[in-house]
Amino acid sequence: MALYSEKVMDHFTNPRNVGVIEDADGVGEVGNARCGDIMKIYLKISNGIIEDVKFKTFGCGSAIASSSMATEMIKGKPLCEALELTNKAVAEALDGLPAHKMHCSVLAEEAIRSAIKNYYDKNGIEYDKSQFPEPHGEEEEQHFEEE
Amino acid sequence: MAKRLIYVDNAATTAMNDVAIAAMSPYLKEVYGNPSSLHSVGQAAKEALDGARAKIAACLNCEPKEIYFTSGGSEADNQAIRSAAVNGAKKGKKHIVTTAFEHHAVLHTLKKLEKEGFEVTYLDVHADGVVSVDEVAAAIRPDTALVTVMYANNEIGTIQPIKEIGGLCRGRGVVFHTDAVQAVGHIPVDVKADNIDMLSVSAHKFHGPKGVGVLFCRRGVPLNTFIDGGMQERGRRAGTENIAGAAAMAAALEYACENMQKNSAKQLALRNKLIEGLLKIPHSRLNGAFEGRLPNNVNISFEGTEGESLLLLLDAKGICASSGSACTTASLEPSHVLLALGLPHEIAHGSLRLTLSEENTEEDIEYIINAVAEVVKTVRGISSFWDDLQSGKIKHFI
Repeated sequence: MALYSEKVMDHFTNPRNVGVIEDADGVGEVGNARCGDIMKIYLKISNGIIEDVKFKTFGCGSAIASSSMATEMIKGKPLCEALELTNKAVAEALDGLPAHKMHCSVLAEEAIRSAIKNYYDKNGIEYDKSQFPEPHGEEEEQHFEEE
Repeated sequence: MAKRLIYVDNAATTAMNDVAIAAMSPYLKEVYGNPSSLHSVGQAAKEALDGARAKIAACLNCEPKEIYFTSGGSEADNQAIRSAAVNGAKKGKKHIVTTAFEHHAVLHTLKKLEKEGFEVTYLDVHADGVVSVDEVAAAIRPDTALVTVMYANNEIGTIQPIKEIGGLCRGRGVVFHTDAVQAVGHIPVDVKADNIDMLSVSAHKFHGPKGVGVLFCRRGVPLNTFIDGGMQERGRRAGTENIAGAAAMAAALEYACENMQKNSAKQLALRNKLIEGLLKIPHSRLNGAFEGRLPNNVNISFEGTEGESLLLLLDAKGICASSGSACTTASLEPSHVLLALGLPHEIAHGSLRLTLSEENTEEDIEYIINAVAEVVKTVRGISSFWDDLQSGKIKHFI
């Protein structure tokens, strides 16, 4: 399909790290069903390293591919590196996303941040609050059918 | 397994059939004239155009001179609505009645007219996707210039009470337009019996070519130009005529009408089998009423899924379908048609539209039922939303 790159299709049809970690150390969920995108990320962390990561996503092909790629990119990485993962890097690793699908990569970045924040909060670990801006309201991305 | 291709997106467009292609080809090569030319080559083209017009008029039960060729359904909708609005305004009538689930060619034209000072009433289509004649009657005011209601909906296939609405409008002296793009060639449409003043048709929805359609405008109903220029189409639509397109459209429509009974019975049986098979998937629902539905339309939502994912996976299995999900368009809003039925956004996101043609077979239907069951399972398996529905954290809607 011309809409998506081969990489997006590969990660969509054969997503990596799908699942749930029952005893996760950090869980992050962003998006909502109304907008048609929910991403949930589970982290298993030891000694500041992401030992395991799983995801479940309700959404379009690019949302699922972004989740798959993002989890691959942070698996085995220290938290500080995972926090540096940008949506652009996710989109680039997928050989690009169509312009109107870029918000899917934003969700992936935000879901990871939200899971790490949840881990910090649960364990009373101090962190720089500026690293965790409020997730984007999806509303601002809405462009209605105005001419 | 060899990859098969099953095209079930015939409400989007159809493949041209042999009859239409054969009717078109002489006008691409041998009869290439401009119908406005006086010479024999031009006059041969004019004859072809007149012949196509007569055939289409016969299929719709009107006079040939009430048929205006356009570039398609959207242009016909634009011209009809704008013309009726402008002519109404001349008499101080600046109110229009329509429904919430019209095609965008209608809705966006009306939105523009609202900005120009017209007032538009958007009628509810209720949970079953059918407008109420009584509500149309109640909405008509002394200053109503136009009622425009589609013949059958493009997404959910529900057929509207056109004859009754037409009769009502005729009695109240209000111009009645219907976008019949999904109906003509599929179900009987008779502009006289249905009391229609203006009607839009598109050729590529019944195995004709893209880029050609007609606007029927009843004699006596004023029609303004939408495209200005030469005196083609009796001064109502400028531009050198698309002879090949008109000839192919006429042939396709004639063929569709001659074979309607047979083809519609075949599609209806396949459609019912498909609906029955797909509704066996847990937490699924048919969108739009089952009764009074186009014989080729299936529109089903699968809770906990997102339509674009379903489409991509089905495409990989050789099935071409469509969805009302926001993710299949550039906007983040799901189908306005499904929302008009009162469905929550998440159910609209998880919709699948399958529109058959007479080319589909029993085997296709069985293959589709199995494939859809499989991809719904796959998508739900990845879906956090489905997990929440299953665990009871969120209540099932379906």
